Amino acid sequence: MNLTLKIWRQKDSKSKGQMVDYKVTEISEHMSFLEMMDVLNEQLINNGDSPVAFDHDCREGICGSCSMYINGEAHGPDRGVTTCQLHMRMFKDGDVITIEPFRAKAFPVLKDLSVDRSAFDRIQHAGGYISVNTSGNTQDANATLISKHNADLAMDAATCIGCGACVASCKNSSAMLFVGAKVSQYALLPQGQVEAADRVKNMVAQMDLEGFGNCTNTGACEVECPKGISLENIARMNRELLKANF
Amino acid sequence: MSVLDSKVPKGSLKDKWTDYKDHIDLVNPANKRNIDIIVVGTGLAGGSAAATLAELGYNVKTFCYQDSPRRAHSIAAQGGINAAKNYQGDGDSTYRLFYDTVKGGDYRSREANVYRLAEVSTNIIDQCVAQGVPFARDYGGLLDNRSFGGVLVSRTFYAKGQTGQQLLLGAYSAMNRQIARGKITPFNRHEMLDVVKVNGKARGIIARDLVTGKLERHSAHAVVIASGGYGNVYFLSTNAMGSNATAAWKIHKKGAFFANPCYTQIHPTCIPRSGDYQSKLTLMSESLRNDGRIWVPKSLEDAKAIREGKKKPTELTEEQRDYYLERKYPAFGNLVPRDVASRAAKELCDAGYGVNATGEAVYLDFASSFERYGKEQAKIHGIENPSSEKIIELGRALVKSKYGNLFQMYEKIVDQDPYKTPMMIYPAVHYTMGGTWVDYNLMTTVEGLYSIGESNFSDHGANRLGASALMQGLADGYFVLPYTIGDYLSHEIRTGKIPTDTPEFEEAEKEVKDKIDFLVNNKGAHSVDYYHKKLGKIMWDKCGMSRNAEGLKQAMAEIKALREDFYKNVSVPGGAYEMNAELEKAGRVADFLELGELFAKDALVREESAGGHFREEYQTEDGEAQRRTEFQFVSAWEYKGEPADAVLHKEELVYENIEVKERSYK
Ligand SMILES: Cc1cc2nc3c(=O)[nH]c(=O)nc-3n(C[C@H](O)[C@H](O)[C@H](O)COP(=O)(O)OP(=O)(O)OC[C@H]3O[C@@H](n4cnc5c(N)ncnc54)[C@H](O)[C@@H]3O)c2cc1C
Ligand code: SF4
Ligand code: FES
Repeated sequence: MNLTLKIWRQKDSKSKGQMVDYKVTEISEHMSFLEMMDVLNEQLINNGDSPVAFDHDCREGICGSCSMYINGEAHGPDRGVTTCQLHMRMFKDGDVITIEPFRAKAFPVLKDLSVDRSAFDRIQHAGGYISVNTSGNTQDANATLISKHNADLAMDAATCIGCGACVASCKNSSAMLFVGAKVSQYALLPQGQVEAADRVKNMVAQMDLEGFGNCTNTGACEVECPKGISLENIARMNRELLKANF
Repeated sequence: MSVLDSKVPKGSLKDKWTDYKDHIDLVNPANKRNIDIIVVGTGLAGGSAAATLAELGYNVKTFCYQDSPRRAHSIAAQGGINAAKNYQGDGDSTYRLFYDTVKGGDYRSREANVYRLAEVSTNIIDQCVAQGVPFARDYGGLLDNRSFGGVLVSRTFYAKGQTGQQLLLGAYSAMNRQIARGKITPFNRHEMLDVVKVNGKARGIIARDLVTGKLERHSAHAVVIASGGYGNVYFLSTNAMGSNATAAWKIHKKGAFFANPCYTQIHPTCIPRSGDYQSKLTLMSESLRNDGRIWVPKSLEDAKAIREGKKKPTELTEEQRDYYLERKYPAFGNLVPRDVASRAAKELCDAGYGVNATGEAVYLDFASSFERYGKEQAKIHGIENPSSEKIIELGRALVKSKYGNLFQMYEKIVDQDPYKTPMMIYPAVHYTMGGTWVDYNLMTTVEGLYSIGESNFSDHGANRLGASALMQGLADGYFVLPYTIGDYLSHEIRTGKIPTDTPEFEEAEKEVKDKIDFLVNNKGAHSVDYYHKKLGKIMWDKCGMSRNAEGLKQAMAEIKALREDFYKNVSVPGGAYEMNAELEKAGRVADFLELGELFAKDALVREESAGGHFREEYQTEDGEAQRRTEFQFVSAWEYKGEPADAVLHKEELVYENIEVKERSYK
């Protein structure tokens, strides 16, 4: 396939960015989207130009590093996948593809397509954990029974890869799907109960402090989330918050 | 006498660890506040170590090259984690886990370390559950287990197919708690580029801020390396793209011996390479081999026609197919161990029987399972005289219930429906058993410098059983290192803050800077990937599953020549003081270009076939691996400039509690 790519280029967080057009040829439909980007970068390097910066690592859809906004959608046109799992067979010969970074006030651009998502980390520092000693003296893991239903629901919430597609897809740049998933995981497990109230209050406060917007129930996040994290988690977070405040 | 002192405590195997803990020196809590520790790597090993060290009261600085500790490569592990809990009451015990691990490693690991691993394994599960790791549960609310890789008990704990992810998020949350308390300072998007030694002791590191490109000096009373494995020396592997050997290699150059570099695990059931652009390989669960039959066409013409797309695999009759594993290993058939299955596939593809465009794939066919299960299902459902279509339909539904997600993943990547046409698979590099040599305390041959998780060599010997890498990473990080390091640090309480404006730091920083300056200023003709791919090809062809002396000697010479060419002709765009992924890659590939040569040298010395490493000269009459007791040692290499000049030190392995037997699967 031959393609035209319109890519956001930005030297660093202080510089102004702009869209730049590139052509790539001989793209195989079996390539992943990131492999197509590798081909472009190899071409740029061989021409003495600077390659496009983008985040990636596992290339298996699990680390949450890759974060491209492709043709107006986080992680591109395929459903339930990350950019590294998106394949070129989703595109046609001659297509023009627009590639931008995830945009949100709380995710400043570092370079080209790479953004700073450390706000997610800071939200977790505010309470995304259970306060247990790492001493090796915890009680036997089978001593507290957990219903399969709750364990499965907690697992579903814990599946979030922290990619930020939910933020990028939301017209309010809200991080509630991510935070809701985190809060839910612990809220569903007996181990997380003791600090539940403080946890949700602190995490939500930090989320607001970081400059993420609020949820207006549009649901774009759920649609674009590569891991199928459901809106129910936002509802659960809101319930937990209400509970915590009364 | 070897210069290597394993420091294995005296006494009976069962009591070593307990006695050791009872007698080591402790650091007074008030003094811990004055002690700094650097942890390089935040995967399962580094993350758990950092959290625990901070919990104990030390000041910890963590480093990782990703933007968040949560993205470390450990996140990708699928299958599960072993622990000798014996919840299933099927006879598991510490001794049995110990025994399986030593035997599975082909008697090339240290008894005392493995026993300790088995001993602390049970604590890991308790710890993780307490942290909120949502392991799979059964309907009664108890933890669920499955069995893995040929062992006879169910000891593998799992969280869907995302066990590594959940365990890592558990360690990361434990880190977060310490970050909130101010006991851990995280340096994400930072790469360690050298270790700093003062008076023979590790006292800090030089790191590059990957956003600004600035070099930083960080000092500490001890340095812990948890930087993962070096499988990417092959270019293509199942490892994350950024996984690298830099930290381990840089400390090797500063005096840490590198052990068993030639031990690599190669996994037989990966999705094959489909073209030259390919950046990495994807693992498919080994469980597929339970129901799939592996074959290639019997004739070279058919293989060629299939490669060219002129024939479909389904057009070949049974007689035209070579079910080579069933033919060669009638007793085990498709369920031979990983090493045997991998080697057989490569042999046939090398001989021209490969079935995909690149000629590097064999078929994993479920057609007979569809039929077998279909007939069974028809019986169960009382369907009389079912049509063959009905049988296949029923069979497919059953296979879907067992492996549906894997079939779906395969289809996403390859764009072929494995229910209709056989899957293509090929072996891929997956895990490295070699790494920095460490003693019982997990200390390297440099004082105050530790290495844990996949970056050290210990525990797995020549072969790693499934679900035991995660176990080792967390055992080291949560339960072993935090004790053993205390013994060393108890002598450091009067050291005080370590300044970074000393000649040692200056010199190390200058070395790093010179190297970076060279790379960004060398306007050569080739990209970094060009060299990485060439190196990968040499490694795969000559230092892969099958090796011989001739090939290994060639590999050493070729890698050396490639390295020289790299320093003449590599080109790295961009500058040193900016975000520059090409520069990062260049540094890593430069290290791989040295490690690769030592790898070949190590393989050359090891005149035996062990684990997945087949030395062609040393095979039994019927073509099986021949282990030779004279090679029952750990090879630990001392750096002397060029990799070819490295000096070999041997740690003899003594088995007092296990009878050394031949592994056999015929
Ligand atoms: C696809 C796949 C599936 C697997 N499945 C299983 C399984 O089911 N069960 C099992 O037991 N094992 C499995 N393994 C193996 C297991 O995942 C790894 O061995 C283990 O996770 C390694 O953990 P680690 O903490 O040692 O290193 P890693 O998780 O690799 O972490 C390395 C850390 O070091 C950092 N780092 C590296 N170099 C530097 C540097 N120079 N400067 C700063 N930071 C640096 C990285 O940023 C990262 O934080 C699997 C492996 C793969 C590839
Ligand atoms: S909720 Fe979904 S989209 Fe948001 S960070 Fe998690 S995985 Fe990504
Ligand atoms: S690179 Fe890891 S999720 Fe895409």
